[in-house]
Parts: sequence; structure tokens; C-alpha cells
Amino acid sequence: MAWTREQMAARAAQELRDGFYVNLGIGIPTLVANYIPDGMSVTLQSENGMLGMGPFPYEGEEDADLINAGKQTITELPESSYFSSADSFAMIRGGHIALSILGGMQVSEKGDLANWMVPGKVVKGMGGAMDLVAGVKRVVVVMDHVEKSGAPKLLTACSLPLTGARVVDLLITDLGVFDIARGKTPLTLTALADGVTLEEITAKTEARFEVALT
Amino acid sequence: MADKTQKSAVDALAGRLFDGMTIMAGGFGLCGIPENLIAAIRESGTKDLTVVSNNCGVDGFGLGVLLESGQIRKMISSYVGENKLFEQLYLSGDLELEFNPQGTLAERIRAGGAGIPAFFTKTGVGTLVAEGKEVREFDGEMYVMERGLVADLSIVKAWKGDAAGNLVYRKTARNFNPMMATAGKTTVVEVEQLVAVGSLDKDNIHTPGIYVDAIVAGAKFEKRIERVTTRPRQAKASV
Repeated sequence: MAWTREQMAARAAQELRDGFYVNLGIGIPTLVANYIPDGMSVTLQSENGMLGMGPFPYEGEEDADLINAGKQTITELPESSYFSSADSFAMIRGGHIALSILGGMQVSEKGDLANWMVPGKVVKGMGGAMDLVAGVKRVVVVMDHVEKSGAPKLLTACSLPLTGARVVDLLITDLGVFDIARGKTPLTLTALADGVTLEEITAKTEARFEVALT
Repeated sequence: MADKTQKSAVDALAGRLFDGMTIMAGGFGLCGIPENLIAAIRESGTKDLTVVSNNCGVDGFGLGVLLESGQIRKMISSYVGENKLFEQLYLSGDLELEFNPQGTLAERIRAGGAGIPAFFTKTGVGTLVAEGKEVREFDGEMYVMERGLVADLSIVKAWKGDAAGNLVYRKTARNFNPMMATAGKTTVVEVEQLVAVGSLDKDNIHTPGIYVDAIVAGAKFEKRIERVTTRPRQAKASV
């Protein structure tokens, strides 16, 4: 047993706080928007130039001028605002965004993140990921605990090119939750997914970690 | 007031194109791209282009048409994942590529347009992006130096504009367009609506006319959507 994509997104949503401005990456992080607790005010930033992202439009009401960073059609909210890419990344790089939830390929025990490039494979580009990890106050990574091959992804050091060094605060995988604190404190396992044992997660993790289940 | 209006995209670019030039092209994905000016550049046959744009269109649309025609020598972008031809040209060595983090790209263009030759940012420190660049400590944190970026020509898409070159963008189609308008040695704009001088709200002009050299009402706008994503309508409650 392990957490599903939805359960991982729901766990990530526990990191949200009332009044937060948040940037969600593509994939599982996008699902976090479905788990914002009722009554909590969270404003979603889209790095292509929008604050206050609304839901997908109804069929027939798509607007080619209104997309998110994943190039999907979206809608606006009464409080939404639009701005240029330079203003958008000034928000991100200037530390004005409280939380970013991103996908990952590898994470190290020091809080390094690799999520943009596999040498020898087709390179698509880093988009805004390097800016987000460098500038956002708190960075949460959501990813599968191991590769499809079974190889661990939580490592002593990343083997893939980095997106950022010492940038990850919290890691949520399908097997558990790790406090990383950008490598300032020892890597600590704080939660196990339903039905996952300490033996299993230890066997599937290369990085050394302490255990403080809460 | 100088009238910057041109009759067509071809007229607007006349005398401004040359082989080996650097062109900035606005847009994020296919949103807010100067599709009429891209078509006119294709028609011109100008080649060996270095193109600065966040993405490179898709197969057969946007900047993808200049890849098909072999006019682009080098791209400076942050993400190019949506284009099979791009992949082939890059892997075969027929296309050069420089990746910039998206915020670094936006800021390089903003800086270039503002006369700032270089700046320091935390983005990319400790990654491939910082290799070969000056890294300096400020207040106990490490920053990498990035250069301002200018182009021989910027092609920009706005929603509304007037003969003085004042521009208003619409929703997320703004993206890179305002900075690029400032960073071209010459800047050519296509608009959906060319409106009478005086009709735009002067407090809400996104790009003042000083940055614009020529403006044209686009002949047609396809405004293709890359990923149509919708939600189901609530079924009417049955009685």
C-alpha cells in the first residue's frame, strides 16, 4: 500500500495556510488546488502572468488569451490580476510567494532538487522551475518515492543536473513525508503512508534519515 | 504626432530584416504570439536568425513555421517541449539552443530595454546555468551574474493599439510582450484592434508609444489554443 496521486496532493494541501499566495507546478501539484480546505483563502499564481487562477472554463467558453503555465485554458476570479512575465518573476524571485509545490525527479538529503533534465534524453527546458526554487519562501516537492525501475530517488546526492541546491523544505512521496529544511537539519521522516512500514521506506531510500513520526 | 501605422505586416517589416539578425518574439506557448509578423518573416526568407522567445511554437504554428523553413539558427528559450521538429533539428546539430530560466530570460530582456548591462540573481546558482558566469556573495547569499539582452528587432502582439504606438494587452497574452517592446533596436507591433488616438485610457496603457516603431492591424488571428481544458457543466437538477 502507498498513497495515490490524490492522497499525495491532499497531504501537500496540509501545507497551505490562510492568505497564502501559492504557485503549483504541473502534474500532481496541480491537483492540490482540489484540496484547498473550505473557508481557507489561497491565491494561486500562474507564472505566465496571473494572480487568482480560477477553474477550467465550461466547454465553449475557452479564451485563447487566458491560459495557465501548463498552457491549459483557465478562468479568472473577481480578485484576479494580470501582469507581465517580468512582474511575475519579480514576485517569485523577490520572495513574495509563500509556497511552491513542485514535482521532482531526484531530491538529496541536503535539499538539492533535480527536475528538469536527464542527460542523453531530449531536453525540454527548465521553464520557471529554477526561479521558483530560488525565490519562493517554502518549497515542497511531491514525487514517487522510487523510479519505475525501483531505483531510489531520495539520494545522498543527486546524479541528475540540479534545478537548485539546498532549496527543498519538505518532500512528500507515495510512501511518506520527509522534513528536509534545505539541509539545515538532518533529513527526518515525519510520516509514513498508510500501510507502509519503516523497513520498506528504508529499503527504498538511499539517503540517510532520522525518524520522528508525528 | 508621428503616425506609426503600416498597411500590412510585410510593410511594417520592410527594411528592418537582414540575415543573421537577432529577433525577440513575444508570447507564452501560443498565447500572445505575433502570428502575422511571424508569417511575414517566413515570407521574407530572412535566415540565420537568432530568436529570443520563451518557447518555439508547435509543429506548423507560431515560431514552428520558421523552424520548418530553416530560417532559425539559434533559439534562446526557457522551454521547448512541444515541438517534434525542434527536437530533430537540435539532435541533428542544425539548431543551436540556449536555455535560460524563465525569470532570468524575462529579467534579461527587461534589463536590456532599461539600459542595464547585467544583474545578479539567485536563480541558477549551483546549477549548469551558472557555469562560466561570475558568482558573487551579497549579504551572505550567492548570486550569479546574468547579462541584459537586446535584439535587432522585437515583434510584439498586443490587443489594442493606436497610431502613436500606445499598447494594451489582454489577460495572459501580455507575458513577454511588454519587455520585448522595450528591448528591440526596432520594435514592430501587431494588434487585434487599431483604435483612434485618444480612445485608449491614458492611465491604463501598458506599453507607451516611445518603444514602438511600427504598428499594424493583424490581417487575421487564428489564436490557436494549445491545450483546451474544460470542466463539465453542472447537470440541471431534475425535478
